[in-house]
Amino acid sequence: MKRHSAKRIIPGFGISLGLTTSFVSMIVLIPMLFLAVQSTDAGWSGFRQALSDPRILAGYEVSFLCSFAAAGVNCVFGLILAWVLTRYRFPGRRLIDGLIELPFALPTAVAGIALTALYSDKGWIGSAFAAMGIKIAYTRAGIIIAMTFITLPFIVRTIQPVLEQLDGAYEEAGRMLGASRGRIFRKIILPELTPAVLTGFGLAFARALGEYGSVVFIAGNMPFKTEIAPLLIMSKLEQFSYDESAAIALVMLVVSFTVMFGINCVQSGAASFSKG
Amino acid sequence: MYVELQNINKAFGDVHAARNVGFGIVRGVLAALLGPSGSGKTTILRMIAGLERPDSGDIFIDGARVNDVDPGRRGIGFVFQNYALFRYMTVFDNIAFGLIVQKEPAETVRSRVFELLALIGMEGMEKRYPAQLSGGQKQRVAFARALAPNPKLLLLDEPFAAIDAKVRKELRVWLRDMIHRLDVTGIFVTHDQEDAVETADEIIVTNNGRIEQKGSPQMLYKAPATPFVTSFIGNSAPLENYKRLKGFENGSGAATGVVRPEFVKIYPAVDGITYENSVEDAVVEDTAFRGTHWEVTLKIKNMTLPARYSLEKAPIAAGDRVKAFVYRLYAFDGDNVTLLENRNLDTHNGANRYSI
Ligand SMILES: Nc1ncnc2c1ncn2[C@@H]1O[C@H](COP(=O)(O)OP(=O)(O)O)[C@@H](O)[C@H]1O
Ligand SMILES: [Mg+2]
Repeated sequence: MKRHSAKRIIPGFGISLGLTTSFVSMIVLIPMLFLAVQSTDAGWSGFRQALSDPRILAGYEVSFLCSFAAAGVNCVFGLILAWVLTRYRFPGRRLIDGLIELPFALPTAVAGIALTALYSDKGWIGSAFAAMGIKIAYTRAGIIIAMTFITLPFIVRTIQPVLEQLDGAYEEAGRMLGASRGRIFRKIILPELTPAVLTGFGLAFARALGEYGSVVFIAGNMPFKTEIAPLLIMSKLEQFSYDESAAIALVMLVVSFTVMFGINCVQSGAASFSKG
Repeated sequence: MYVELQNINKAFGDVHAARNVGFGIVRGVLAALLGPSGSGKTTILRMIAGLERPDSGDIFIDGARVNDVDPGRRGIGFVFQNYALFRYMTVFDNIAFGLIVQKEPAETVRSRVFELLALIGMEGMEKRYPAQLSGGQKQRVAFARALAPNPKLLLLDEPFAAIDAKVRKELRVWLRDMIHRLDVTGIFVTHDQEDAVETADEIIVTNNGRIEQKGSPQMLYKAPATPFVTSFIGNSAPLENYKRLKGFENGSGAATGVVRPEFVKIYPAVDGITYENSVEDAVVEDTAFRGTHWEVTLKIKNMTLPARYSLEKAPIAAGDRVKAFVYRLYAFDGDNVTLLENRNLDTHNGANRYSI
């Protein structure tokens, strides 16, 4: 609608577009192209295997399902956490706020070992679940927990600023019209947060998919059950089958790109309401 | 009284937003809370709505004390300063919100929404989103949304602040007509005296958390109760010692006050003045064209006085020496205001007090 005026008010539009494309090419596109070239270096056999070997297919399934679940869990808990941190004032709030980034700061292997120790049948948390007959470490539940831990900051940090900026008048308008707290949250606040939640989901999903260090320890890496695709890439590399590892990587890239692109489309649709 | 506030106090930390606020508004009246920014208008409005709790004092609506009643159950429609339209809902869904909350049947909701769309003159725009509306249209949708559940009291916070001058005039008339037609009582907040004077039946002037005066626009203009109201309503200029002016030498108490431009008459030449002793020698400091008249700044005995001057008379310019007669002025004595008439008025030939 306002595309023309936007073009005029950005100074040096041509230069910035040029910079953007060359930057994206160098950092993102060229490595991907290289990957594509590499995977077909020795013919199409690597590819065929990446798309048909049942063990590799099971790896995709584990990776995508667990990443999806972890991003989903974080949408709920990250939203609650962001809500509590912005809406309430309580002792220790700043401390908790500061802890949010910790998963990023920790070397992922450290996180993986710590989580495994905690959630194994002998660990503090794992033993409580084991008493109820629930195994966490070395199952997909463990993978999801590791992925959730590592991607929590994405959701919290994308929602937090939006919540902080959200004009209190929207909620008050709902209250004046007699709406209950639940209805105000569902009908008024949630739609305002949806674009941020989607962004956070996309980031968390992509990060969980590529996460290796913290997951391999808690996963147990049983073929067909808890073996994630990044681990398969690593083991192919160790066997010097570069084409196969590149082929698996490419498949994952294409699928994640499709997911991210889909999220972006939904999101820009939602964002178009809020302009003006 | 349909709405009544008694001894309301409210503080945010050490900022006293409301001090002993008390006033009543009769059913069906459109009242304005008028005062400078930060004087506590919004806080008062929000306490009536229940969005803010008073520290002490009572609020009555239609005879019932509502201090402990939920905002949504006070029978109040509220129009927020930036309208706070729900961005992800269409115009239809915005207006329908309060009706759906009350679990009205879908058919009732539909007919009421379309009735309101007709009322605000926006038929056919029910599928638009707030981002696709002009400022005036947003305001009317906010108005319709607040009115949908049939409130008996409508509160509006700075309803004209975001509207440009031309549409603003129309909206003022429109709002006033609507309130009177719909048999609701209305209170709106504004810092713009023109908004208040041209729209409200009654004005409550706030200053520094206090109510300075309540009355009709004419009354506030003609009989201001405090120095603040005298200076805030209408045009005026302060006088540091009015006793130096001819005809006001015998004023009592302190000699500070204000004079309005319409109280000062300019004589461009000496001829035509019968009682030369009662006029002052004045120097024209500045003239400004105001479409229907000149706005003139005069220097009299080292004091600056405003005056109006007819376009029909001989033109005057900065630096000209003229004669001026001050008909009356407001004298301040502590918190009291007295209207002083010029002692020489009876003998002065310009008996028509308000002519310019
Ligand atoms: N929620 C709040 N917290 C702290 N101070 C506030 C709050 N709301 C209003 N105030 C203060 O109270 C005073 C009156 O504010 P307000 O009622 O908004 O004035 P107005 O609407 O007349 O501009 C101001 O000094 C303002 O800073
Ligand atoms: Mg205000």
